[in-house]
Amino acid sequence: MRPAGKGPLDSLYFTYPHFPARQVPELDGVQARHPVVIVGSGPIGMTAALVLARYGVRSVLLDRKATFNDGSRAICIARPSMHILERIDAVAPFVAKALGWRHGRSYYRGEPIFRLEMPHPPGEKYLPMYNLQQQYIEQFLHDAVAACDLIDMRWQSDLTGIEARTDGARLAVRSPLGDYHLEADYVLAADGARSKVRSELGLRLKGENYEGHYVIADIRMDHDFPTERRAFFEPDSNPGGTVLIHKQPDNIWRIDYQLRDGESEQEALAEDNIRARVNAILVDIGHSKAWELEWWSIYSANTLCLDDYRHGRIFFMGDAAHIVPIFGVRGLNNGLADADNLGWKLGLVLQGEADERLLDSYSPERRGATLDVFANAAKSTRFMTPPTRGFRLAREAALSLSLTHEFPQRLANPRQMQPYTYAQSPLTPYAQRDDEFAAGPGCGSAAPNAEMDDGSHLLDYAGDGLTVMLFGDGRENAAEQALLGQLNALDSKLMALRIQCPDKAAAITEADSHSAIAGLFDAEPGTCYLLRPDLHIAGRWKALAADEILRTARLCLGRA
Amino acid sequence: MSPMPFDDLEVAYEALATAIDAAGREHEALFLTKLALLLGHELGDIGAFRGAIQAALDGLGD
Repeated sequence: MRPAGKGPLDSLYFTYPHFPARQVPELDGVQARHPVVIVGSGPIGMTAALVLARYGVRSVLLDRKATFNDGSRAICIARPSMHILERIDAVAPFVAKALGWRHGRSYYRGEPIFRLEMPHPPGEKYLPMYNLQQQYIEQFLHDAVAACDLIDMRWQSDLTGIEARTDGARLAVRSPLGDYHLEADYVLAADGARSKVRSELGLRLKGENYEGHYVIADIRMDHDFPTERRAFFEPDSNPGGTVLIHKQPDNIWRIDYQLRDGESEQEALAEDNIRARVNAILVDIGHSKAWELEWWSIYSANTLCLDDYRHGRIFFMGDAAHIVPIFGVRGLNNGLADADNLGWKLGLVLQGEADERLLDSYSPERRGATLDVFANAAKSTRFMTPPTRGFRLAREAALSLSLTHEFPQRLANPRQMQPYTYAQSPLTPYAQRDDEFAAGPGCGSAAPNAEMDDGSHLLDYAGDGLTVMLFGDGRENAAEQALLGQLNALDSKLMALRIQCPDKAAAITEADSHSAIAGLFDAEPGTCYLLRPDLHIAGRWKALAADEILRTARLCLGRA
Repeated sequence: MSPMPFDDLEVAYEALATAIDAAGREHEALFLTKLALLLGHELGDIGAFRGAIQAALDGLGD
């Protein structure tokens, strides 16, 4: 919502473009079959289209609106999402505009009780988190979409019906220039929490609705504070409730506060009440200067998802597939991971590089990630919004003890997103090989990055197919050569990275990026890591086990 | 962890009763919850803590 007298797109800092409807071929009676139609051009739909384009796959992108989201909802972009954006060649404007951060503070009744410091290993290229308004996220992705010949972007194109078929789907579309049908081999539903695709197919999200409502208000003010996440428990301005404050570019600040028990939504959303509540919060943080109200909205914490993210040839992603509470900043980030996960799989399938059965792994992997969020979110939500007297008492006890004791302080940390580990995935069949390692990233986890001597980063070299990291001692090795030959025959996009393990005698004097990488991955000569296109580890072997490596590679390409 | 000698337990009993009174009716629940969290942390054993919770719940309000 926006202040009285302002239209839904009258922003203090963002000029909304207006995208006209286009005279598409179907309106002239030209029927073509499209390999992929994506419904919804929010951040998730656009990312999916860009990932597919990286694999040379064409898509039609539909959106019922004529511009970007009317307000800024998602604002936190996590490190793994920056890697996704990098791999679709869209990351540069994000790095330039977004505010990176890695610290947070929690307060109880005005007293600091917890200092959050998110890990930032020296080899990483990106900070753990970046703040950027959703309009900019959409604008930057749209700039990449508009520059891509393979994406047919259709604004003001509203899905009015969808018929699922065994070999694809038929979609009915309404635009100001007329109604038409689209035929598609695959449909990606990225049409948000109120997904039309979902409701048309009679599918329902299942799960829990939690107590407690929160208002998010974006304001503009000159306020001198670093980019950190501040969480206030029981501040003077909101007794019994919680307040979160995030900094965004353009002097915009996100104020997020919990409604009081018994406060109605309607009452809370009235502009006068928003102004009064925000004012009280600003007094708490010592801001007495002027501020301007940009936009506000309300939300409640839900953990809802589909039983299966796949319905034949139709795939659900982002909010269309799952609704997660806001505290873990995983709505946008998990949606981007959905788009990347399905994008590389469908891209390889449609390029003929992988068998269609690879797509079977999408729902278990990404629904697993959602359930993992739910498990953390349920805990966070019970802390942020205690549902019963027992939870309220336990929280008050923990928070008040936090003033003088360290042990309960971490309870007061709204959990931040950790990338999900695909250790249970059918594409990760040898997770028990982790037992051979004392350290390093486990099977299914996101690969860590490392800085090379020339300033480039290890993950810059990962490919669009599988990436194999072979750790050696500098000598040619027949077994390695044979394995590489077989992997190359399997995956035409294979990228092989050969990394020298440090010579034990020379290790002390010749520390270089190779030995640092060997340390990071707990590798010795003969060690092998296999990375998927989404930079998760499909498998790792302390000593070369060619049969297992080849089987893992085949599974990652949908071949048994 | 060894049980408290009886003499100490008697002192603990009196100290607890006095502290509940000092907290007052309004704060007794919070006081007891804080105390339980502190003791649970000291105990360092989730199984033993759950056991104590269950033992304390048993027979309430019969």
